[in-house]
Amino acid sequence: MGKPTGFLEFERKATPYRDPKSRIEDWNELNGELTEEELRRQGARCMDCGIPFCQTGGELSGKSLGCPVYNLIPEWNDLVYRGKWREALERLHKTNNFPEFTGRVCPAPCEGSCVLGIIEKPVAIKSLEQAIIDKGFEEGWVKPEPPKSRTGKTVGIVGSGPAGLAAAAQLNRAGHQVTVYERADRIGGLLTYGIPNMKLEKSVVRRRVDILAQEGIEFVTDTEIGVDIPADELRKKHDALVLAGGATRPRDLPIEGRDLNGIHFAMEFLHADTKSYLDSGHKDGEYISARGQSVIVIGGGDTGTDCVSTSMRHGCKSLVQFEILPKPPDDRAENNPWPQWPNIYKVDYGQEEAKEKFGEDPREYQVMTKKFTGDGKGNVKELHTVRVAWEQDDNGRFVPKEIKGSEKVWRADIVLLAMGFLGPENPVLEQLKVERDERSNAKAEHGSFDTNIDGVFAAGDMRRGQSLIVWAINEGRGAARECDRWLMGSTELP
Amino acid sequence: MNMSGLKVPSQQGLYNSSHEHDACGIGFVVNIKGKQSHEIVKQAITVLNNLDHRGASGSEPNSGDGAGILMQIPHKFLKNSCEGLGIDLPDSGRYGVGMIFFPGDREDRLPCEKIVEQIVEEEGQTVLGWRKVPTDNTSLGKTARASEPSVRQIFIGRSDDLQDELDFERRLYVIRRRATRAVEEAKLNIREKDLFYIASLSVRTIIYKGMLTTRQLEGFFPDLSNPEMESALALVHSRFSTNTFPSWKLAHPYRYLIHNGEINTVRGNQNWMHARAAQFATDKFGDDLSRIMPIIQEEGSDSGRFDNSLEFLYLSGRSLPHVMMMMLPEPWEKHESMDDNKRAFYEFHSCMMEPWDGPASIAFTDGKVVGATLDRNGLRPSRYYVTRDDIVVLASEVGVLDIPPENVIQKERLQPGRMLLIDTEEGRIISDEEIKQQIATEHPYRQWLDENLVKFEKLNGKSKPKPTDLPHDAVLHRQKVFGYTYEDLKVNVGPMAENMLQPVGSMGNDAPLAVLSEQPQLLYNYFKQLFAQVTNPPIDPIREELITSTETILGTQGNILDPGPNSCRQIELKTPVLANEEMDGLKNINLTGFRQVTLPILFESGSGGEGLEKALDQLFEDADEAIGEGANILILSDREFDRDRAPIPALLAVAGLHHHLIRTGNRTQVGIVLESGEPRETHHFCTLLGYGVDAVNPYMAYESLSDLIREGHLQDFTFERAVKGYNTAVVKGVVKVMAKMGISTIKSYKGAQIFEALGISREVIDRYFTWTDSRIGGIGLDTIAEEATLRHKRAYPDIQVNGQVLDEGGLYRWRRNGEYHMYNPETVHKLQHAARTGDYELYKEYAEHLDRQIEPPPTLRNLLGFNYESEPVPIEEVESVESICKRFKTGAMSYGSISQETHEALAIAMNRLGGKSNTGEGGEDPARYTLDENGDSRNSATKQVASGRFGVTSEYLTQGREIQIKMAQGAKPGEGGELPGRKVYPWIAKVRLSTPGVGLISPPPHHDIYSIEDLAQLIHDLKNSNTKADINVKLVSEVGVGTVAAGVAKGHADIILISGHDGGTGASPQTSIKHAGLPWELGLAEAHQTLVLNDLRSRVKLETDGQLKTGRDLAIAALLGAEEYGFGTSALITLGCIMMRVCHLDTCPVGIATQNPELRHKYKGDPSHVVNFMRFVAQDLREHMAKLGFRSIDEMIGRTDKLHQRETEHWKAKYLDLSPILYRPEVGPEIGLRKLIEQDHGLDNALDIQSLMDICETALSNAEPVKAKLPIRNINRVAGTIVGSEVTRRYGSVGLPEDTIHLIFKGSAGQSFGAFIPKGMTLELEGDANDYFGKGLSGGKLILYPDSDSKFKPEVNIIVGNVSFYGATAGEAYIRGMAGERFCVRNSGVNAVVEAVGDHACEYMTGGSVIVLGPTGRNFAAGMSGGVAYILDQHGTFADHCNPDMVLLERLEDEKEIKKVERMIHRHGEYTDSNRAWKVLAKWEEMIPNFVKVLPKDYKRMQQAISESEKKGFSGDRAVMEAFSRNVADKARAAGN
Repeated sequence: MGKPTGFLEFERKATPYRDPKSRIEDWNELNGELTEEELRRQGARCMDCGIPFCQTGGELSGKSLGCPVYNLIPEWNDLVYRGKWREALERLHKTNNFPEFTGRVCPAPCEGSCVLGIIEKPVAIKSLEQAIIDKGFEEGWVKPEPPKSRTGKTVGIVGSGPAGLAAAAQLNRAGHQVTVYERADRIGGLLTYGIPNMKLEKSVVRRRVDILAQEGIEFVTDTEIGVDIPADELRKKHDALVLAGGATRPRDLPIEGRDLNGIHFAMEFLHADTKSYLDSGHKDGEYISARGQSVIVIGGGDTGTDCVSTSMRHGCKSLVQFEILPKPPDDRAENNPWPQWPNIYKVDYGQEEAKEKFGEDPREYQVMTKKFTGDGKGNVKELHTVRVAWEQDDNGRFVPKEIKGSEKVWRADIVLLAMGFLGPENPVLEQLKVERDERSNAKAEHGSFDTNIDGVFAAGDMRRGQSLIVWAINEGRGAARECDRWLMGSTELP
Repeated sequence: MNMSGLKVPSQQGLYNSSHEHDACGIGFVVNIKGKQSHEIVKQAITVLNNLDHRGASGSEPNSGDGAGILMQIPHKFLKNSCEGLGIDLPDSGRYGVGMIFFPGDREDRLPCEKIVEQIVEEEGQTVLGWRKVPTDNTSLGKTARASEPSVRQIFIGRSDDLQDELDFERRLYVIRRRATRAVEEAKLNIREKDLFYIASLSVRTIIYKGMLTTRQLEGFFPDLSNPEMESALALVHSRFSTNTFPSWKLAHPYRYLIHNGEINTVRGNQNWMHARAAQFATDKFGDDLSRIMPIIQEEGSDSGRFDNSLEFLYLSGRSLPHVMMMMLPEPWEKHESMDDNKRAFYEFHSCMMEPWDGPASIAFTDGKVVGATLDRNGLRPSRYYVTRDDIVVLASEVGVLDIPPENVIQKERLQPGRMLLIDTEEGRIISDEEIKQQIATEHPYRQWLDENLVKFEKLNGKSKPKPTDLPHDAVLHRQKVFGYTYEDLKVNVGPMAENMLQPVGSMGNDAPLAVLSEQPQLLYNYFKQLFAQVTNPPIDPIREELITSTETILGTQGNILDPGPNSCRQIELKTPVLANEEMDGLKNINLTGFRQVTLPILFESGSGGEGLEKALDQLFEDADEAIGEGANILILSDREFDRDRAPIPALLAVAGLHHHLIRTGNRTQVGIVLESGEPRETHHFCTLLGYGVDAVNPYMAYESLSDLIREGHLQDFTFERAVKGYNTAVVKGVVKVMAKMGISTIKSYKGAQIFEALGISREVIDRYFTWTDSRIGGIGLDTIAEEATLRHKRAYPDIQVNGQVLDEGGLYRWRRNGEYHMYNPETVHKLQHAARTGDYELYKEYAEHLDRQIEPPPTLRNLLGFNYESEPVPIEEVESVESICKRFKTGAMSYGSISQETHEALAIAMNRLGGKSNTGEGGEDPARYTLDENGDSRNSATKQVASGRFGVTSEYLTQGREIQIKMAQGAKPGEGGELPGRKVYPWIAKVRLSTPGVGLISPPPHHDIYSIEDLAQLIHDLKNSNTKADINVKLVSEVGVGTVAAGVAKGHADIILISGHDGGTGASPQTSIKHAGLPWELGLAEAHQTLVLNDLRSRVKLETDGQLKTGRDLAIAALLGAEEYGFGTSALITLGCIMMRVCHLDTCPVGIATQNPELRHKYKGDPSHVVNFMRFVAQDLREHMAKLGFRSIDEMIGRTDKLHQRETEHWKAKYLDLSPILYRPEVGPEIGLRKLIEQDHGLDNALDIQSLMDICETALSNAEPVKAKLPIRNINRVAGTIVGSEVTRRYGSVGLPEDTIHLIFKGSAGQSFGAFIPKGMTLELEGDANDYFGKGLSGGKLILYPDSDSKFKPEVNIIVGNVSFYGATAGEAYIRGMAGERFCVRNSGVNAVVEAVGDHACEYMTGGSVIVLGPTGRNFAAGMSGGVAYILDQHGTFADHCNPDMVLLERLEDEKEIKKVERMIHRHGEYTDSNRAWKVLAKWEEMIPNFVKVLPKDYKRMQQAISESEKKGFSGDRAVMEAFSRNVADKARAAGN
């Protein structure tokens, strides 16, 4: 399979982003394109390993390893190399319901585990994934495929994020009548309102949701279970439930000045922005605008980056992003060997845009915010920070220690808190009396996905806690399989 | 010893006496004119004594394996002897003599005698009397004596109604068969009834034999010394058995023959013979037939069974030569010039009997004619002299009888497939041509064939394969029914069609056995291919294709005893694989004599074992009925599967029906054809054929190909080509698998059951796979049905889920949801990280994953648990890590398969640890014999000697601490290897003494090991080449490896390695990686048990390897009997290997399994990583030892009482019974359970030690020239080698100046004359020589010419045996006379002149030059990739004898070259005084155009490339590298490169 010497002949070339200078002028998808020939060469770089670490999925020594949906990466890499796009799509869809999402927004742990990464730059797996599914849509290969027969069972799914959608897609495929409940006005959960349009165009989400609807899945929006419909009622209405409501409770920063105006959770900021964009092209003004403002984003993760890039598009005056951890090394540290996820310094799209405009990477490392101070009118004006060093405590855990004399004051009009999520906020769990784990997530084993309530399954962030979309898909598929098994006694779902 | 000292032990543990092998020395002496004399008997006994080294003894030197003599009835002697007993013998021919073994005690003997007498009377003959044969057992060892029978002769008078001698002979045969059975069945209350045995009962011949050494025979039977003991012919046999159990019966000769070799297909032959019996009818026996059935019953050995069949066919009306031609046909199918009568004879007889296939030199006699014949491939040596006084002496060797040279008029050898026949009544030698022509024209065979035999390809017309009409989804669904995976298409079916070859892979198999897998497995996967090792050779079906055949015959076999035109009313298929159109042709057959019936092989899905059994019973019933109605082609079809009916596993249906029909006696009445969607891989076809199918139509494979083409996966491909390509790949693959067992025709492979089952219950085996070994039980019909149902259900789920595609599989490459692999992301990562960082805790995490006791168990050893002591030993008292590491070895990985960096890292690491690394079969750079500055040594402690002999020089051998003979390799046992030219980088070529860019082939067999006594010879050779090194013999686990190991121990190996089937490889066919060989747990346990039972365990160390990964693995290995342990893959992983499994592609990205300089730069390993890992394993092992209560490894060896089989819930593994593995033979304390005694290599008797070392002393110490003359005999084996090794030790690879040591011998030299001798040594021999002359010659000079008194013409007489200069690397040789087969095989540097050669000369040659001043045999230059040969072809026939695949035939035109050839011939004349040379030189200018130059294509291309590079201005190594790179990039390179 593949081209045995491809990796020796071709350089890595991943799907490029559009020029940062022009892309911050619009809200369109930031991904550019590779030509077919380039893509085939990238496929040829795959070595068809005896042990493709890329598709491992799971964790090793606390670090994630390979693809959580176990994408058959070597197989479709080879098929792309051979120009067998349609079959590549079939192999891709075998493990992943929504490659158009992961192909765009997944941080690609597969590439971190790619064996080629030992000696070279890894295979551009994510780019290939996106190319395959995009081509599939372009060519009209992705079509609704309603089940041939119906079982007569109904399943309710709470939440329409990637976990809920994956579960819905699979259960529908098995012939169950599926209804998905979403509290927002649009389907997609974080796919729609968590990720900005330039990273994942909402038409891409919409396109998939339309297909699911055509396959017979019923979508109910603007309905929060536990609020609009009591959970017990829902349980009675359906033969089984899959809870996939996410882990949307944000981590707060309860320090002095937190209640000043202009301090927002990242999700408030991003949700409103996308809604306004979708509703009116931002014309309705129903969003928090950073135009002409000094913005500080607290949190160096992906959500933080999304806040950066959104602010850039608003036209902010200045932008700083705090990260409490040290700047990662340029190359793998000794205790972070291949095939673990490489914790190395990367410039993501938001930082690249800020750097382009303001001349430097907006990130400040090892910064801990001690307090906010206001302008006297109730608006935030300054942040008081200190640098921290990470030292091991008696238990061997790394803890931050403040560095004396490193105190600093930062000017800000808008502060966005992108410090992660704590767990599910949904009252549905309480009403159904679903047991929780120590992190307040729904308690269910990965693999069986069943909660303490018969016929109620949990998946995605709601069970796992904040994680990747690709994990959500893994869980949605798994929960669907177990739910089907519970309903039918056996299952054909993978 | 306990009871086992008295008889062959019954089956116990893994030991089973049916796996015993033997091999032998044979010989006969005959007076052509039939003149009887005592001299003939005396001479025959002398021959026997001189074959002593070909026999063997066990733990007691004075208990032999068997020796005997077969001769004419010595009438005068018996007449006189009987007179004294009051028996009046009538004239010769009027009475028969029986030679009978009885229980020793009189009261036990008498009832047996009575039975015999009674049967004689019943058969209308007269008992004339009994004679006790005098015996003298004083020289016998206690084992032989303990089972010694009382030997008595019975004299039976012929009744008057019997017209002639042959009628009487038949009656005696009936008496013998009846008496044997009667005693066996009689309810006698006597001891040792099984000693009863009728060695011979004949009117013409008599046999004296016993469990004796050759030298004991005459002393034991004083009769033999009596001058009245006269015969005109005498056949003798010296036995080398793998066991040491006493058996007087198993001594040869048998009644009609002596045999040296092994019948590989004997299980199938016996089954077929049995199946034929129902059709037997002959007036020769009339009603007696039923009383002599079954034909094959008496002796266990293959030779015995051959003899039984030969005897029966002979007595029922064919001449002995005729029967031999039937049973051991020449390879007629591909013979370019065979006479048509003969071809027709063979073709006709192939409709009645399959060949008995395997290496064989058989001499036979009926008391009047004496004949001898070789197997089709000529794999055993047989030489003969004809003398002026009408004597013919034939033996495995020359020099076994002193005959004055002037008395010899002819020196010859038996040739492959050819027969030597001496008719003492006609008083002449009848040539092969004459006798065969005579037999072949007895009937108009060609006409019979033309009128009756249907050539299938004609019947079928020329319809083109049609692609499938079914849409893609339907094909997909049908693929699922048969359990197809994506891998099946991508790894197997697609590439097979594309490349017309079996797919190749690399590294070992780390997936579970079928019975341990969680996945439903196809039934094929439970069957493991057997392969030849030691006791018989695998063969090379590619380079020696001329002896292979793929034809099969379909239809009704008639009465073999009454051949007629109708006997060949059958269909002849070119191959057993049928395309769909051919299948249709068969289904619509409309010809007299053929009627087909299609029977479904389906069962109700989900109906369990019961339903499956019912369906099978129905199938058998339907078959019986169809046969009753006259059907003679049964087509088993699963095409009609549907939602309710699942396919019966095709193998089960085929094997079950085959055995059912054997039982009912109908099997030869019908052909069985399978039409199934299931078979797709080579192995599937192998098992189906092996269990009796005649032809297979794999329709889903074709449908899949059609779909692959339609979907664009096979591009630029017509369906027709795809089908052809796939079928070709399958047939080639099957032929290769057969070849591993040394079988060359599909006719004889069919039904031969060359498999062992692993994980199938005894009930299923006995019923459907009768006589197959399945030693640890396993799944029954229930589970087989469940597996079939699971597959079926996946295709027919209760609810169909959309978007289905094929499952990934994951058998060949790890997949997250595929088959389990022991090496997976977790284990590889943890092992690497632990080894790099020295983190023992991380190692423990790795080990814990592999050692786990949870489901599923990845290996058999995971099913074993330890019986820990309640009080562990304090760990500090346990043998140290340092001490344990000395027992560690790394696997044999050649420099060439892995990079220099890796190869040296392993050597350095193992030397640091005091363990041993292994060179593998690629030689070693002499620069490594010097220590590094930091004191590290890169010299591998173990030097491997494999079939290719690459880089095996005198220096290489003297540098080893251990020398390993690789008999087989776990990943591809029974196969050779190929290093394609693009991988022969200049530095590899240098070490392998070959040419860069030119491919190298390792033959499947060692051409100096075709049998166990040959291996003993090679062990002896190598011990001579380095007396300080231990000799290690590497075997691969398979059923019977224990008996092989016993034979190897008797051949004086110091260490025996039992390798698991799952060891790694740089390149091997996938079918071999997955389906050949067994886990080491079984092989090791069997070897240990068998060696203990034989009291041989104390003489050898046992070593094991194959996926050893943790201390627990080693603890189990030790408890099962291993003292030393080898690591391959795990060591590579510590150096950075990430199991890419691309070793065969030279693209290893981490610089390990590659020579590509760019990739080698990526290598990041370090010897310390290996050291860390080994120390971790040792520490891990110590922890287990402490818990088990052991302080040293020595105490642990064989202590299976410390193990138990643990409970498991696994749905298949729970049926296994590992108790045979855990069996401990009950032996007394005097039997050693681990190596305690050094082997006696018999070096004291070597000519070198006896005299040569003294003679050469001044040369050795001062490099002063030495010249001496001395006599030599055939028992002086390996002359000059110890002296040679001393030269090398003292003077290095440079050696001494030419002729410094010049020894002149006179006589017949033994085997391996001048083996490995280095530069500066010249050995001259006046006389003749045996096999392996100049083996491994390392720079020395060998000169051979006939005795000056001899009168024959040297150039037409055989003067040297087979396989001369095998693996020679440098030197010169001049041979005045003809050489036997395989002259200069694998020569890589010797320049030799010879006057004529036998078949397969210059095979696999890679360098040097050979001049042949006369004719050559067939298949010259097969696999020759380098060097050059010059043939003086005065008759212009050479081209027909040359294998043109790899060589060009050119004229001798280049002036320089002409000079070179002339110079060599001149030297030949000077050294040997060859008439031939002088004559040629006298007319030199005229002769030049008669020379044909044989030049390998690749070699020529590379030589040209190098000279071009030099012209471009490159020089030395750079010129070579430049030429090499250009050559690799050249797409126009010759095929196979």
